[in-house]
Amino acid sequence: MNDQQENKIASPSDENIIEITDMHKWFGDFHVLQGIDLTVKKKERIVICGPSGSGKSTLIRCINRLEEHQRGTIIVDGMELTNNLKNIEKIRAEVGMVFQHFNLFPHLTIIDNLALGPIWVRKVPKKQAEETAMHYLEKVHIAEQAKKYPGQLSGGQQQRVAIARSLCMNPQVMLFDEPTSALDPEMIKEVLDVMIELAREGMTMIVVTHEMGFAKSVAHRVMLMDFGQILESNTPDEFFDNAQHERTKLFLSQILI
Amino acid sequence: MENTIQDTQTSEIKPPIIDVGVIGWMKANLFDGVFNSILTIITLILLYKTVPPLISWAFIDSTWLSTGPECKEATGACWSVITTNYRLILFGLYPYELQWRPLIAVIILIGLLFYSKDRKHWSKYLGYAWIIGLFVMGILMRGGVLWLKSVETSEWGGLPLTLLLSIFGLTVAYPLGVILALGRQSKMTFIKYLCVVYIELIRGVPLISLLFMSSFIFPLFLPEGVTLNNLLRAQVAIILFTAAYVAEVVRGGLQGMSRGQYEAAESMGLNYYLTMRLIILPQALRIVIPPTVSVLISAFKDTSLVVIISLWDLMKTTQTVINDPQWMGFSREAYIFIALLYFLGCFSMSNFSRKLEKELDTGY
Ligand SMILES: Nc1ncnc2c1ncn2[C@@H]1O[C@H](COP(=O)(O)OP(=O)(O)O)[C@@H](O)[C@H]1O
Ligand SMILES: [Mg+2]
Repeated sequence: MNDQQENKIASPSDENIIEITDMHKWFGDFHVLQGIDLTVKKKERIVICGPSGSGKSTLIRCINRLEEHQRGTIIVDGMELTNNLKNIEKIRAEVGMVFQHFNLFPHLTIIDNLALGPIWVRKVPKKQAEETAMHYLEKVHIAEQAKKYPGQLSGGQQQRVAIARSLCMNPQVMLFDEPTSALDPEMIKEVLDVMIELAREGMTMIVVTHEMGFAKSVAHRVMLMDFGQILESNTPDEFFDNAQHERTKLFLSQILI
Repeated sequence: MENTIQDTQTSEIKPPIIDVGVIGWMKANLFDGVFNSILTIITLILLYKTVPPLISWAFIDSTWLSTGPECKEATGACWSVITTNYRLILFGLYPYELQWRPLIAVIILIGLLFYSKDRKHWSKYLGYAWIIGLFVMGILMRGGVLWLKSVETSEWGGLPLTLLLSIFGLTVAYPLGVILALGRQSKMTFIKYLCVVYIELIRGVPLISLLFMSSFIFPLFLPEGVTLNNLLRAQVAIILFTAAYVAEVVRGGLQGMSRGQYEAAESMGLNYYLTMRLIILPQALRIVIPPTVSVLISAFKDTSLVVIISLWDLMKTTQTVINDPQWMGFSREAYIFIALLYFLGCFSMSNFSRKLEKELDTGY
């Protein structure tokens, strides 16, 4: 297939964009992340899978401080995540996030959803922000809906808008938390296609998903999480055909029935 | 009939005659079943017994321009009590020959309110218009500049006073209530408990006692020589009282917001202030428009309680008129008149809220 070629088009650079070392997190007494080590290079694409409750969402939410970690360090684009609010806001502006349930702002039109971040966070003039917004709406093939409200769009369309909204901030990294698992099957493809296009352009991506086809064709590395740890991290070929860990084989056999 | 049968194929079925028109409607809505028919008949009898006498009392037998004693002869309503005393009712003790000033102030105020009703008109110029308008109203009421004679606030009364207390009360209480609601959700414990204690204390006390306290007890704590005018104290009491209720309503709206909205806003780097202002409050406040307007409407009506600390609001001026020996016994007419004024205020508010709700509906 041409998967290999795609991977070569945008191969990772040597620069690290995210460095996580020995990171732990607790929810009360519950030790949800138990020593995460993860380095992500610029333009690298990582897919994380694993059983429900294993801490995948928590891990990527720690990267933009939607959750606070208690031990270890997380460095994003050279800035360490601490309680420094200014730093957190700066990092959040560099890290785009796409949620399972889209989380568009229902009281704003699509174009206002997109222009809001650039205008208020990046201080871009309104007109320019709206031009950028239209550019990204075209990119996710939904420009004709610009004046509508989120409630008037289908799930797949809403998720594409959510992706465009993140892109408008011109992020260094995009985090995806099960972006297609709340969608009806016929809408999954339109969202995955947009993500594949993004990948082709060299976006750094961390994607939590169980779409194994997507992982095979797009990821540089696929990881398996369980019990708050990254149990296996491998190239897609190795991960799917020659897994090191028993847990990975079990997981794959369950998911690929 | 034959036609109808053929038409079924083209999916245009006409309803049977009996189901449409006046008779059909009456059958469906007034006489469907024995119980409903009995209710309808009883209602009709009651209406027949009450409406015609009411109409002849209010309109046919009523007197409009007569003196008190003449009124007592007549059998119908004595609207003369209004037509003779309307200036006392509307403007209270404000110097008679200067009453054009509160009149213009009220006209400016109502004009501005009407113009502001349409959201299309909301702009920074309207903001300036309000600032200038309020300034002009203040000067008209208070005087003491230019050639305008000074009029003490203790002489203010009637409609301008009621409108002043309620409109200022509501416009200050609303944002204060929103701030209190946000404070109650704050992660900073001190602020949080301050707001909780404030809200619960105020809600645990009737407005009447707050007004008493502000008017009789509060001055005892002021240093000697400092006086705070009675009107201002009542205004503050109304604001503090209403804000606590607004806060609870808004809190309900905030609790209805999903985590996802906060997260989406935060994850793009919006700070707390912008998240609240751009994302959370616009949605939360919209959800609670109906209960908020209920709170505001009752606050509007509750301003009539200031009679007890002897401010001359509409209620007080009306009572003064009906205590006049010449007009004794016509309290019905006088109360109907101010009830109508209050109704106009409340009805416009709920109309506006319904309109706003519809305009802000984006289908979620
Ligand atoms: N806010 C929270 N408070 C307490 N426990 C939580 C919270 N969020 C998640 N958890 C728990 O942490 C574990 C990991 O959750 P999550 O990261 O969402 O898993 P995944 O995304 O892999 O399904 C789960 O057991 C979940 O119940
Ligand atoms: Mg999850």
